[in-house]
Amino acid sequence: MRILANPMLRYWLLIAPALLAMAVFYFYPISHVLWMSVTLPEPGVSNFESLAASRSVQRMLWTTLRIAVLSTMISLILAYFVAYVISTVDERRRRLLFMGVVISLWISVLVRAFAWFALLRNDGLINQALIGMGLIDRPLPLMWNEFAVLVGMVHYMLPLAILPLYSGMQSIDPRLVAAARGLGASRMTAFWKIWFPLTLPGVFAASILVFIYSLGFYVTPALLGGGKKMMVAEYIKVQILEVVNWGLGSALATLLLIFVLVTLAIVSRVVDLRKVFGAG
Amino acid sequence: MSDTLRQEPTIVTKSLAWAVICYLVLPITVVVSVSLTDRPYLSLPSEGVSLQYYEKLFTSSEWLSSIWQSFVIATVSTAICGVLGTLAAIGCWRIGSGLANVVRMAMLIPLMLPSMIYALGAYQVWAGFGWVNTYTGIIIAHAMTGMPYVVITVSTSLAGLDPKLEQAARNLGATMGQSLRHVIIPNIRPGVISGLVFAFIHSWDELVIALFIAGRNVFTLPRRMWDGINEHLDPTMAAVATVLIFLTVILLAAEFFLRGKKR
Repeated sequence: MRILANPMLRYWLLIAPALLAMAVFYFYPISHVLWMSVTLPEPGVSNFESLAASRSVQRMLWTTLRIAVLSTMISLILAYFVAYVISTVDERRRRLLFMGVVISLWISVLVRAFAWFALLRNDGLINQALIGMGLIDRPLPLMWNEFAVLVGMVHYMLPLAILPLYSGMQSIDPRLVAAARGLGASRMTAFWKIWFPLTLPGVFAASILVFIYSLGFYVTPALLGGGKKMMVAEYIKVQILEVVNWGLGSALATLLLIFVLVTLAIVSRVVDLRKVFGAG
Repeated sequence: MSDTLRQEPTIVTKSLAWAVICYLVLPITVVVSVSLTDRPYLSLPSEGVSLQYYEKLFTSSEWLSSIWQSFVIATVSTAICGVLGTLAAIGCWRIGSGLANVVRMAMLIPLMLPSMIYALGAYQVWAGFGWVNTYTGIIIAHAMTGMPYVVITVSTSLAGLDPKLEQAARNLGATMGQSLRHVIIPNIRPGVISGLVFAFIHSWDELVIALFIAGRNVFTLPRRMWDGINEHLDPTMAAVATVLIFLTVILLAAEFFLRGKKR
């Protein structure tokens, strides 16, 4: 009873159930992946050796990195325009734009991937329309390639990039730009010298968020890439559920885990991670 | 006042932003129109609109059972992470020290790590518990991965609440349960509701974990959609997708109004 008399300990009792559940049902399974990567099929680092030796794994990791970087860059540039416009237009338009962003953020990722699937397939809506209009006689190869993966991924990542960018821009004092203009700065100078530097923390937060989500993304690349441009999450799934090679699959998952954690650790020295993930 | 000071973006910037928004909502319009097609394959309606695929959806025992299963799973897992996450966020807020911040951070980790990694571990660990292909297995996994949404939204609400309020209640003789029920919870209700809505949508929409843990007994809606897209694709999929979009919009609207129109 004396323990309960200490008020701070009582508050720890509120935290305890969640913490305990997370430890047993979240962190234990994660650590189990690490464990499997060095014990299956036999103890040692043989899985990592075969990862390092495999040309196809290296190609796949390179594809993953390239697609993640590309989709981060494209998403950021497009999102910047949207966030900029949202933060400068009048209240009514702002609400309309914002609604478009928030709704698309929460629409099921499967629904969105399915929509791109319906649009981009060889006998999909875009090809149907183009052939119907007589513009082409053979369907354009829009699906099962990197183009399709990027279209689907950027679509998924855009709202995640727009929200942190917008929340950063919202806190900028508009008088700063007005003052620069008043003192004779051109539109471009005022933007690049005053506005843009102030949005850099938001740009950084949004890039990290999008990059990390892109790296481990499964649904859209798997559906629109059609197994040709495999990214790491799909490769892991194939290793576990189809090839049934637990050692290699968990070694790749470990690699992905370490890469994400190291990135986050570096980033957390520059920005508050809670802000990065709290905005989405 | 600020509106007059803001620099109007150029017409090019504005049209680009609107084009991006169109790109964002394009899939919604595509899915809704395809679901109304009168032809037997994925296409836009040609002769006229038809509701045949909705009829097919609402008479298919497979789709209905998956919708029901996903609903049960999302409801129960949301209840679990709603209670655990809210209490934990309140505890962290009251303690407010370094260690509590570390704990709060740790509870956001499921949002940062790719779910593929967790799915792999859960699959193996659940196999030991006999939880693969059971409701328990999916519900627990979804409750854990839904926790960050609750912790974030409740913590955000708590940040605007004065700890002295709770202190006062306690000093006036309220027990911890009473101060929770009568002082803290009513003040953070909007945050709790948002957290519940987001956790619900998360579970309702979750595929990666379901790919590993769901099976013949438990076949969630995303899992059935996944198989549908990959194996036997017909416009019924578009009808399912439309129903999902509709549901998401309703949930978001409810969240918006219940939260009191504040952001």
